[in-house]
Amino acid sequence: MKRWIPILILAGILLSGSMSTSGRAASWSGVDETVIEKFAEKAGRPAREPFINTDQGDLLLFVFLLAGAVGGFAAGYWFRVLFPPRRKNAEGSKGS
Amino acid sequence: MIDDRIITRTTVTPAKAGVQWNRAPLPRLSRTDGIAAVGKGGTAPLFFLSLVVSLCALPAPAFAMHISEGILPISWAVLWYAVALPFVAWGLRDLRRRSEETPWFKPLVGLVGAAVFLISCMPIPVPSAGTCSHPSGTGIAAILIGPGLTAVVASIALTLQALFLAHGGITTLGANIVSMGVAGAWVGWGVFTAARRLGLPWFAAAFLAGMLSDWATYATTSLELAAALHGDGSFTTMFSLILLAFVPTQLPLGILEGFLCAGVLKFIRSRRPELLRNVPAGGAA
Repeated sequence: MKRWIPILILAGILLSGSMSTSGRAASWSGVDETVIEKFAEKAGRPAREPFINTDQGDLLLFVFLLAGAVGGFAAGYWFRVLFPPRRKNAEGSKGS
Repeated sequence: MIDDRIITRTTVTPAKAGVQWNRAPLPRLSRTDGIAAVGKGGTAPLFFLSLVVSLCALPAPAFAMHISEGILPISWAVLWYAVALPFVAWGLRDLRRRSEETPWFKPLVGLVGAAVFLISCMPIPVPSAGTCSHPSGTGIAAILIGPGLTAVVASIALTLQALFLAHGGITTLGANIVSMGVAGAWVGWGVFTAARRLGLPWFAAAFLAGMLSDWATYATTSLELAAALHGDGSFTTMFSLILLAFVPTQLPLGILEGFLCAGVLKFIRSRRPELLRNVPAGGAA
């Protein structure tokens, strides 16, 4: 039961946030949209389409997934090089 | 609407599922069984938390600090490229020199580069603000590989994001490198070095470095935007307005980045302290 308490508190904070902000128009938008682009539009310099526009339908989800997989693989590979797994029973197995 | 007949038909028994069950048969799933009934073992809390996090993160992907394509006038875009270039060049020279001296340095740069790329394109919902933003990861990167090389890994991450992830832009790449890879890195490195020299413990120094590097990144973005877009209005007013608009999201995220930075450093100190040999003001001790 004890370990549920922090989980429930964290869940409560997350859910209360999503409920309290559900009525806002820009809910969960990035600050590039809510801050940067808002000020840029006011100043008469709205953002334009990227040169390679992957923000079309589910294409963006695909490239994000791909980037996450490649980045995750690279991070994992170098992590294993730098932090090889500990051999707990290396000495024990030698003796037996 | 949930159909009662479907629930009845899809009731699972060990025999149907072909599973060898130790003693008790699988419980019959009924309409009243919630996620608490998934299991009383170790996975239930994690499952519940991941479900909540997924619910909170359901809306479409959102991005954060990067200045989008076309926002900066060309003169400012060129200027920020010119500012960023010497830092990146210095970082590349630093990479060659340090990887000749230390055999594990290139793998460390690879790991830090991948981490910066992943962290800087990971939107985190901030419930208090109702928006998303991301940490930059340049504070911890600067502590581990130095501020020069952090500019290099940040520029690679930002270029990939601008080209393929519709995140940032090619014309605004220089400005984004300066805010994330130069300002964030140098502030993180400087704060960590100063805090260690003042006698602060590792954890506190790393926390301050991570938090202030995040805030410095967004302060620099505000400066870049205000400088380019204030027009006939006051630069100071516009800078303050943009900075204040970042506060509800970046204040908690900066604190989160502080803990991330301190946690990473704590882990490395316990597992491979020799990796911190070149870290300023303290070494691996």
